[in-house]
Amino acid sequence: MRARLTPLHIVAALAALVAVTPLVYLVVRTGSAGWETVWEILARPRTLQLSVASLGLATAVAGTCIAVGVPLAWLLTRTALPGGRLWLVVAALPLAVPSYVAAYTWLAAFPGIRGFFPAWMVLSLVSLPYVVLPVAAVLSQVDPAFDEVARTLGDGPLRSFRRTTAPLLWPAAAAGGLLTALYTLSDFGAVSLLRFDTFTRVIYTSYRAAFDRTSAAVLSLVLVALALVFVLLERAMRSRHQQWRVGAGAARRAQRIPLGPWRWPALAGVIALFGLAVAFPGVMLVRLMLQSQRFEADPGAWLAATGNTVQAAGIGAIVALALALPIGVLAARHSDRVTKSIESAAFISHALPGVVVGLSLVYLGLSIAPALYQTLAMLGFAYAVLFLSNAIGSIRSATAQVSRNLEDVARTLGDRPTTTWWRVTARLSAPGILAGALLVLVTAMKELPATLMLRPTGFETLATEMWTFTTVGSFSQAAPYAFGLVVLAAIPAFLLARLTGRRS
Amino acid sequence: MSSIEVGGLTMRFADVPVLRDLDLHVQTSTVTAILGSSGSGKSTLLRCIAGLLRPEAGSITIGSAVVFGDGVWVPPERRGIGLVPQEGSLFPHLTVGANVSYGLRGRDTSGRIEHLLDLVGLPGTANMRPHELSGGMQQRVAVARALAPSPHVVLLDEPFSALDAGLRDDVRQDVFAAIRATGATAILVTHDQEEAFAVADQVAVMMDATIAQQAPPADVYLTPASLDIARFVGDTVIVQARGTGSNTATSDFGDLPAHNPTRAGESGVLVFRPEDLQITGDGPVLTRAAVSTVNYHGHDTVVAARAGEQELLIRVLGRQSVKAGDEVTVRVTRPGIFFR
Repeated sequence: MRARLTPLHIVAALAALVAVTPLVYLVVRTGSAGWETVWEILARPRTLQLSVASLGLATAVAGTCIAVGVPLAWLLTRTALPGGRLWLVVAALPLAVPSYVAAYTWLAAFPGIRGFFPAWMVLSLVSLPYVVLPVAAVLSQVDPAFDEVARTLGDGPLRSFRRTTAPLLWPAAAAGGLLTALYTLSDFGAVSLLRFDTFTRVIYTSYRAAFDRTSAAVLSLVLVALALVFVLLERAMRSRHQQWRVGAGAARRAQRIPLGPWRWPALAGVIALFGLAVAFPGVMLVRLMLQSQRFEADPGAWLAATGNTVQAAGIGAIVALALALPIGVLAARHSDRVTKSIESAAFISHALPGVVVGLSLVYLGLSIAPALYQTLAMLGFAYAVLFLSNAIGSIRSATAQVSRNLEDVARTLGDRPTTTWWRVTARLSAPGILAGALLVLVTAMKELPATLMLRPTGFETLATEMWTFTTVGSFSQAAPYAFGLVVLAAIPAFLLARLTGRRS
Repeated sequence: MSSIEVGGLTMRFADVPVLRDLDLHVQTSTVTAILGSSGSGKSTLLRCIAGLLRPEAGSITIGSAVVFGDGVWVPPERRGIGLVPQEGSLFPHLTVGANVSYGLRGRDTSGRIEHLLDLVGLPGTANMRPHELSGGMQQRVAVARALAPSPHVVLLDEPFSALDAGLRDDVRQDVFAAIRATGATAILVTHDQEEAFAVADQVAVMMDATIAQQAPPADVYLTPASLDIARFVGDTVIVQARGTGSNTATSDFGDLPAHNPTRAGESGVLVFRPEDLQITGDGPVLTRAAVSTVNYHGHDTVVAARAGEQELLIRVLGRQSVKAGDEVTVRVTRPGIFFR
């Protein structure tokens, strides 16, 4: 059957086109500098050095997260660790702490730290959930019958784990690790505060220095190319991982293994780890907050920054929803080649670090749309581009969960496709769509580099205020903003958890 | 109400033909069952008639309106049809009443909802939620919903296959009584020949992506158009035979009566239904045979027996006091169908 293009295809294609504009513009802009210039920049020893540093950090963080995260996930889901399921909630908490806030708390405690080692440690601690949560999900869903069958066929407990559970677990762990590597590669805040030169930090400084914009653009493209490799690998892994999970639909939960005398050392290890990842930044934040009370705190500026944060992220969420809705619905309902291309194009945004989107939109604003340069619309658009794939993912899976039979029935009862969507599909997928918008909102509120580059003059958000104070070493003054950021991001995260809880 | 004419319908999925030059004629206010095994393309045909799929070639006419063909394509919302999917597919976010009135778009509805729920045997359930209903009740509501806008045509896609056997007959009877009461033309897609025979005026057997035979149920069962159809719609006893030039055929067991004239000398098979053979009473003797198994079903008993290489099935009413190993005399009570 030949695929028939619907109006939805066209709308979705336009949305995807809008979403890839920044990347396309960056390529065009770089190309216009002339290939000799581009080659000259690529061939600099500095470029190689940056690649080694960035990839080295990403690999170290991903490796650490897998090495620590997989056994941790096993301890939390399969053993009778004192504290039980409470630890799984704790394991998700680092997600609420932006990497630069975590870096800030460590810097405030140990003002001299800088370079690879602190950056590696901080990023590993905040990225741990990306491995722990999916692996824990697999471990708690795997049907214990697999293990039981293996045991009756003559496998000992370890051999059975290796042959039945581990194959299900690896794709999840690898996908989580690749995601961690991707986030490390894109991270700007933590490496900048801890003064470890990676692509993001150098791109930002060359942009600030303003004399070498071509160099910033070329480095951005190298960074995007590297990120794309991780994104594609992760996607390949994840699709394998999901295939596995279909087969693993579990009726029962596995018995938890009693740890015996080992439970106290295990518990101590878990407490120490979460102490570093969750308790330390939390306690430091509260302490810095209390300290800041002794200074002239400016509640007016704080309230303004909070309002600005919500406003800018809100615009971003709305723009992202508008762009993601046609693409997500299309992807859930069609599987033709055009749809796949549209989806892939939109998915590229997942590989765009904030610093790259910021840079591209600055150039675009300056040279093509000066009226939009440094406006909230432009900032909202940047957020939408950056977090589009999150929104598409939520909308796609929410739509796919609505049975097509329902739409068919509505059509035969006299509804046109758009009316059908509004009367049936939208009603049933609303929680998922809302979750997608909230996800963009949370993530956009914590976004730092694009915000720094694109915000209107004098427009300060919690993230930019905190950044400004921290870079000049005023840790106490930065505290209220950091605290506000964590609390504000926790509200939609809480709603998100409730929405997803209701859906399942 | 409307007749349905399907002509030369053709469709492929990834180059595999699902509908091949398919013709189907459905008369106004009748029930036609499309009977086929899974994967025979019967649901695809139904979805093409509904307008949910677009065939590559052919034509579909509902009443006097061409809905597909000659560059015409009418979307499902303007075809005036009702659809009852496999699992009912009630809108989970709406009450039973709101489900039934979905297609009424704001017309005066409350009386109509009650009337339809009465018709399908579920009075007073308008304020319930779909998940509070049993599978059979959901299916009844789905029918009421499809009938609400007074469609000319109702399409049912294996609507009873998810129901328990005990419940199925009641729901089926009530549903078709309700559909017949409205005068709508109905097409039922099913893989269950008993179901097709029980409710339909016409049975269209679908094989190899096309309609192999369309006829009243008894004709399909008693005079199938091909050996494949004969085997698909019921149990068979197949005897190798040779034509004689009249309504008989010669076999290892002598000359046997055939329903259709045979040509002298042509070799083929003579097909009987198990109930055409008996082991009591009189009638021409087929053969002596040794009983191999006896399956007692309550209302009837199926005896499997063997005469040399020949396998025989005999269906007798009630219980039969034979057991494996007994010698029985098998008699023919009705002519077989001869296929070349």
